[in-house]
Amino acid sequence: MSGNVASIRSATLVVIGNGMVGHHCVEQLVELGALSRYEIHVFGEERQRAYDRVHLSEYFAGRDAESLALGVAELYQQPGLHLHLDTPVLEIDRQRKEVVTRDGRTRYDQLILATGSFPFVPPITGAEGTSRLVYRTLEDLDAIRQAAEGARCGVVVGGGLLGLEAANALKSLGLQAHVVEFAPRLMPVQLDEQGGAALRAQIEALGVGVHLSRATTAITPGESCRWRMQFADGEHLETDLVVFSAGIRPQDALARQAGLHIAERGGVVVDEYCRSNDADIYAIGECASWNGSVFGLVAPGYRMARSVAAQLTDQPCEPFTGADMSTKLKLLGVDVGSIGDAHGVTPGSRSYRFIDELSGSYRRLVVSADGKQVLGAVLVGDNSYYDTLLQYALNGIRLPKDPSSLILPQSEGVVALGAEALPDAAIICSCHNVSKGAVCCQVADGVTELGALKAITRAGTGCGGCSALLKQVFEHELSARGIAVDKSLCEHFAHTRQELYGIVRVEGITRFEELLERHGRGSIGCDICKPAVGSILASCWNEPVMDPALVPLQDTNDTFMANMQKNGTYSVVPRIAGGEITPDKLIVLGEVARKYDLYTKITGGQRIDLFGAQLHELPAIWGELIAAGFETGHAYGKSLRTVKSCVGSTWCRYGVQDSVGMALHLEHRYKGLRAPHKIKFGVSGCTRECAEAQSKDIGVIATDSGWNLYVAGNGGMRPRHAELFATDLDDQTLVRYIDRFLMFYVRTADRLQRTSVWRESLDGGLDYLKQVIIDDSLGLAAELEAQMQLVIDRYECEWANALQDPEKLKRFRTFVNAAGADPDIRFVTERGQRRPATPSELTLIPATEEVL
Amino acid sequence: MSQANAVTLASNPAAASWHPLCSRQELVANSGIVAWFAGTQIALFYLPQTQGGEQLYAIHNRDPQSGANVIGRGIVGQLDGALVVASPLYKQHFRLDDGQCLEQPDQSLTVWPARFKDDQVEILAVGNGAAAN
Repeated sequence: MSGNVASIRSATLVVIGNGMVGHHCVEQLVELGALSRYEIHVFGEERQRAYDRVHLSEYFAGRDAESLALGVAELYQQPGLHLHLDTPVLEIDRQRKEVVTRDGRTRYDQLILATGSFPFVPPITGAEGTSRLVYRTLEDLDAIRQAAEGARCGVVVGGGLLGLEAANALKSLGLQAHVVEFAPRLMPVQLDEQGGAALRAQIEALGVGVHLSRATTAITPGESCRWRMQFADGEHLETDLVVFSAGIRPQDALARQAGLHIAERGGVVVDEYCRSNDADIYAIGECASWNGSVFGLVAPGYRMARSVAAQLTDQPCEPFTGADMSTKLKLLGVDVGSIGDAHGVTPGSRSYRFIDELSGSYRRLVVSADGKQVLGAVLVGDNSYYDTLLQYALNGIRLPKDPSSLILPQSEGVVALGAEALPDAAIICSCHNVSKGAVCCQVADGVTELGALKAITRAGTGCGGCSALLKQVFEHELSARGIAVDKSLCEHFAHTRQELYGIVRVEGITRFEELLERHGRGSIGCDICKPAVGSILASCWNEPVMDPALVPLQDTNDTFMANMQKNGTYSVVPRIAGGEITPDKLIVLGEVARKYDLYTKITGGQRIDLFGAQLHELPAIWGELIAAGFETGHAYGKSLRTVKSCVGSTWCRYGVQDSVGMALHLEHRYKGLRAPHKIKFGVSGCTRECAEAQSKDIGVIATDSGWNLYVAGNGGMRPRHAELFATDLDDQTLVRYIDRFLMFYVRTADRLQRTSVWRESLDGGLDYLKQVIIDDSLGLAAELEAQMQLVIDRYECEWANALQDPEKLKRFRTFVNAAGADPDIRFVTERGQRRPATPSELTLIPATEEVL
Repeated sequence: MSQANAVTLASNPAAASWHPLCSRQELVANSGIVAWFAGTQIALFYLPQTQGGEQLYAIHNRDPQSGANVIGRGIVGQLDGALVVASPLYKQHFRLDDGQCLEQPDQSLTVWPARFKDDQVEILAVGNGAAAN
């Protein structure tokens, strides 16, 4: 009921569907100023607002609904834009131009159908409940997760792209996964026979069962599992759950009922401007059928969305005339790529093929009859060839003399298509329609950072498949314009932190001056390179930071081993490993705080922070703390802070492992490790996750049979959920992986880069990290573990060390030539404790007179 | 023995004289310490090995941005050839020779000429340090 249309918005636009394409359309409409003329109502059937369906399988790897959500929630909170979630549209009344929901009727002037598709489930006798699951929405995934409880084995019906994604999801739930495909090969649409065979071999090697040419005739109760699938050839397969992923069908029910033209194979018939046969109704994405085809990829859907948004705001738009259905994916960790005419059906086309049975790689290049152009390609096992081949195919670039070089192993001299060879019109990011020319324009306008480029053009923020090419084009354009991609640490070192780390280790350098003399400029350094090198030296050799040669390198907090506050006083945080403390020690903290009149507060990391100590008081305070058995908490360092824990199985009725014991073990193992930035851990004793481990750099969550390891989470300014890295680890393996992970981070991260940002910047992402840490693909594991052992062996409490050395205590004096405190530090009392006086409060206290 | 670049004193230069603050052993190489002089806090930075040889600087300890007396606890460095100290709170840089802030032209710190006299660290200033202590 939209009788309350605001006066400036004279028309009402209704969008049915809040999936990826519907959301993109709304985004584009808002960007093009549609809210100045339309009241927009968006109806979504699901409870969540639009989310990233392309990366749905990550839901099982630890990502939640919110982190999968597209764009920012604020988009839908603008005046004139109304998002109705969990509100399916029941009917379109074309006569009255209204849509009907359970809440009533909403009039429309223009209507956009973006209802997407639904999974096709073949009619099979006996398929029901856990033997009739589908893989499309977050709710579907919740149902799969529920069905997987107590299950050992799962089958996916359908060996296409989505089917293999679903198999991956089952695998990540810990199930023995099988794929049952009706066709004689996997991914029959995208791959040729040999490509399908290569993919099958790789997937079987990963422990996934592949059953081809199998038609399921019935599902009956099983003997060893919940269900038994009967096949037409008389064979059968037992399984605890069945997920159908045998293709999609356009969700065109509303359009049918409204009498719109529907294509023979489903989908609302649209013209090249996405118009249905009703001039006021558009259809975009997977519910639309253009020229008899439905486009089940996100990029063509986005193009349709942009086209309609442009039309509705009177902007120029290009007609939709089909889409390139090339795809590049990683399925179950295996690279698969398919470009253009992958099957070589173009008359007269010829193919080059490369087969490597050892690594299971297969590549096929389909060229035109005259041998001058790429028509298509198939890649299995290595997608590094994809970007170049796709650009050849899309832009009609003339083939090199020896086309086979495009698919031969790179060591034999690949003719890589450099960024300079691409025409300006070449589309780099097909999700957001960003051409090479658009990237170059941004560089011309002064953009010199990849992050800024992505933020402005949105290139690389859709499916992410173009990231490598985007970076290449961007850096090429920068250097073509003579803009150096400067990775220098500062004016004294023309190296990255990672390079300096390598130099320090290889040359065995232990002093800043030595590094500066051999590899830097000048003789002093600065407040950027000194702490960075100080941190590298500490990570490598772990000598006390208070040693005379090292102390000038440290940031002020490390120098005085306390945290400077706004008035120049310090806070003191003793280590309370795992948050566990005896009453006696707690009393000591209270007594020390009372004696030195320290403001006392519990930290977020289950420790106690004592504020307001002056420089000269620190040694005395620490003398008392160390005598009572405390040690430094490194709250001042770029180093391990705390390992937060819940009480775990010792006390909690739900706990399945001793989380406090593990937290203590980890905290004592890694305390004193200096790193590019601070590191926080959490250990939870069960899946309820009371220690909030998934917001930590390292998160450990107990399972019935061990520990799940999460990495690279963050709270703070830019929260990031940690990602599931490995499951059901025993204690030793857990520690081994953490050793390697931390040292690899220490070794390769940039200065002041938290693990979350570091992980996001890693080429190859989480899979690469797993290969390095778990599979030891770089052959580094033993070295990383040995380095960690050295750091652990050399641990000593820095405060205990400093207190034994009068030379190191020299700087712990407020004045070198006078006893006593800084008279300018003033406190007032609030809620029974003292705190720094504010400037206005200070005027009430006479200032010290300066005599000069 | 060298001294910091000469600085014109704001007040009557004729009344200025050299005052001892502490001994050389109290200094920490490549870092700062703080001395009390006639009610003023003076940060002393000692750099044994610069391009110009051994250097000693005396600079006001109060960070104008925070109002806290913390300059003596900053990191010493060199930017574009100038020796600087970075405030430990908000990290802005002050030139050691004339006290000028590099990032904010309206911020500057008082500096005093400093030298070694035998084993003593001395500054050239107006006032009676002993009396104010």
